[in-house]
Amino acid sequence: MTTARESILHKVRTSLGRSAGQAPPPVPPPLMRQPVIDTQRRVDMFCAALDKLAAKTLKAASAAEARAYAEALVKDRRAVASNAPYLAEIGVASLAGVESGFTDRLKLREACVHYDLGITSADYCLADTGTMVMISSREEARMISLLPPRHLAIVPRERILTGLDELLTLIPIPSVRSSSMVLITGPSRTADIEQILVRGVHGPGEVHVVVV
Amino acid sequence: MIFPAEKLTAAVQNPKLQTAIYDSTGRLMEKRRVAIAPDSIDDFQAYRTQAHRIKQHTIENLDYYLEQFERNVSANGGKVVWARDADEAVAFVRQICKEKGVQRIVKSKSMTTEEIELNHELEHDKIDIVETDLGEYILQLANEKPYHIVAPALHKTRYDVADIFTEKLGEAREEVIEKQTMIARRRLREKFVTAELGITGGNFLIADSGAVTIIENEGNARLSSSAPRVQIAVAGIEKLIPRAQDLATFLRVLGRSATGQPLTVYTSFLSGPRRENEIDGPEEFYVLLIDNGRTKVIADPAKRQSLYCIRCGACLNHCPVYRKIGGHNYPWVYSGPIGAILSPQFHGVATDPWLPYASSLCGACAEVCPVKIQIPKILLELRHEVTEAKRVVGDGRLEKLAFQLYSFVMTRPGLYNFIEGLAPRFFPGQSDGKWLNKVPGVMSIPPVAGWLSQRDLPPPPEKSFRELWRERSGGRA
Repeated sequence: MTTARESILHKVRTSLGRSAGQAPPPVPPPLMRQPVIDTQRRVDMFCAALDKLAAKTLKAASAAEARAYAEALVKDRRAVASNAPYLAEIGVASLAGVESGFTDRLKLREACVHYDLGITSADYCLADTGTMVMISSREEARMISLLPPRHLAIVPRERILTGLDELLTLIPIPSVRSSSMVLITGPSRTADIEQILVRGVHGPGEVHVVVV
Repeated sequence: MIFPAEKLTAAVQNPKLQTAIYDSTGRLMEKRRVAIAPDSIDDFQAYRTQAHRIKQHTIENLDYYLEQFERNVSANGGKVVWARDADEAVAFVRQICKEKGVQRIVKSKSMTTEEIELNHELEHDKIDIVETDLGEYILQLANEKPYHIVAPALHKTRYDVADIFTEKLGEAREEVIEKQTMIARRRLREKFVTAELGITGGNFLIADSGAVTIIENEGNARLSSSAPRVQIAVAGIEKLIPRAQDLATFLRVLGRSATGQPLTVYTSFLSGPRRENEIDGPEEFYVLLIDNGRTKVIADPAKRQSLYCIRCGACLNHCPVYRKIGGHNYPWVYSGPIGAILSPQFHGVATDPWLPYASSLCGACAEVCPVKIQIPKILLELRHEVTEAKRVVGDGRLEKLAFQLYSFVMTRPGLYNFIEGLAPRFFPGQSDGKWLNKVPGVMSIPPVAGWLSQRDLPPPPEKSFRELWRERSGGRA
């Protein structure tokens, strides 16, 4: 009995007049463009794009300013922070009310379900679309930027790339680095009822981004 | 399905529905228009051309990319499972449920799972399978099919949703959309944290990475793929693209064409189960690759490009027919122009012979298609097949005779001129503007009478264009 796999591949090959293992002709080169944009301009573009999506942004002059912003946001709330070294370095992971250092999947999920705020950094940001790039690792879990109703991300400015094309040039095969790379562009939203925009349907409805 | 005349009339004569469809599709058209303007994206047309080229290349070498994809998924620790048809696909999900003791499944939006009627099948097994996209959740509660590829509950108002939530969930009546959304969030959270299996779709399957790319705005696909212990991504075999770098093109055209977004809120690039150095993510990762009729489409070079579709829904929004009759009057899960070309190819033209004719051939669909599928051309091909099929059973002889006569006259300029000269003398224009209507015998030819019941040809002018041309150019032809 032929398997589904063999049967499907056989049908495809017969239809296309190809034989097993036959290499394809060269694929057209990818269409990617990389404008040269200086860091300050990238920061401005990134924040402007996020403002348009109703995220809250802050261009912080120092790590202390970023920490103060986080402190104000954590006040009277319970927060879970990722294990990103940058958050520890600037003293955000150790703020009162912030729990960090999770390594167990279920415990982390439990915290994310019940806490009001998730704090992460981001591996990269994309200036033109206002996007944060989250690559899953020991340092950044998937769920902190997803389950709590608020997400705060703190990123050093040099991680802001011009856009998707630069990211895919830097990481041509993302699966080499992680099982999950997620691009986040603004707060979770839906327009499924009468095309009326509502934020925070499943993911965080409030997104704060601090660029240091 | 026979021509659903009554349902069509009902849709067209329902003013609330007409307003809902026109408003929603109109807003989506406007958002797309703004998002593809030069001040938003440099040379959108170049990306459309590129998207078409890449899809063409992939489909024409599909076996190669399928195998490459499978190898890379395995290398990432996942598993590719193949299914010839809906039965095989459902059987696999059933087997996983049995093996893993799954009682609850959270599902994100996937047209492919609609195609194989997965929910319906698994409900027989007493498995709680829950749609988590807000629109799909509403429709699952209402027991309806998606009305639109991207905006599934486009035809539902807040009052309909209030009825559904009250009746099916026992919630206190709530007519404020923000609060309705929060009811869904609360209800679905419980499901996410207790489900053992997450089922997602896949917008792109990336051969060089062994990865599945999913785009969405709500976060429910991220939840479905991160919270449960097992993930299955269900996708048609045509969803392959060669490289992750091709996303630079496809993400640009898809978001803009669908909802006018440069990027949707979440783009997930998922490749395999959680790795040792990662904290969360599924422990098992499957990609269920489905044929279910696609290999039949590949077999026809003239219509193969139907499989380039990336399900943006732009052709629905821009279609004058979809905008009148809505999504539920198409016979299958895919509606609008793309549905009109996919359904006959998957099910055979004899199943719904009227479908390729549900188009004015205005060409708007091809104009907006982000991967440049020549939908009107394929509709004509399908009409040809419908006519051929009729000929086999002896139908359509009169039609054939009429066209033979037409082509006989049209290829003989002398004869054409002669007839053109005669027409005004025998059948002068009438004062009420009707003309062909009054020609004796015409109204007794059924198809012609049907056409003329709504309109008429303008009466022939005193002088033809060629006569006027001769006069004005001083006798030179």
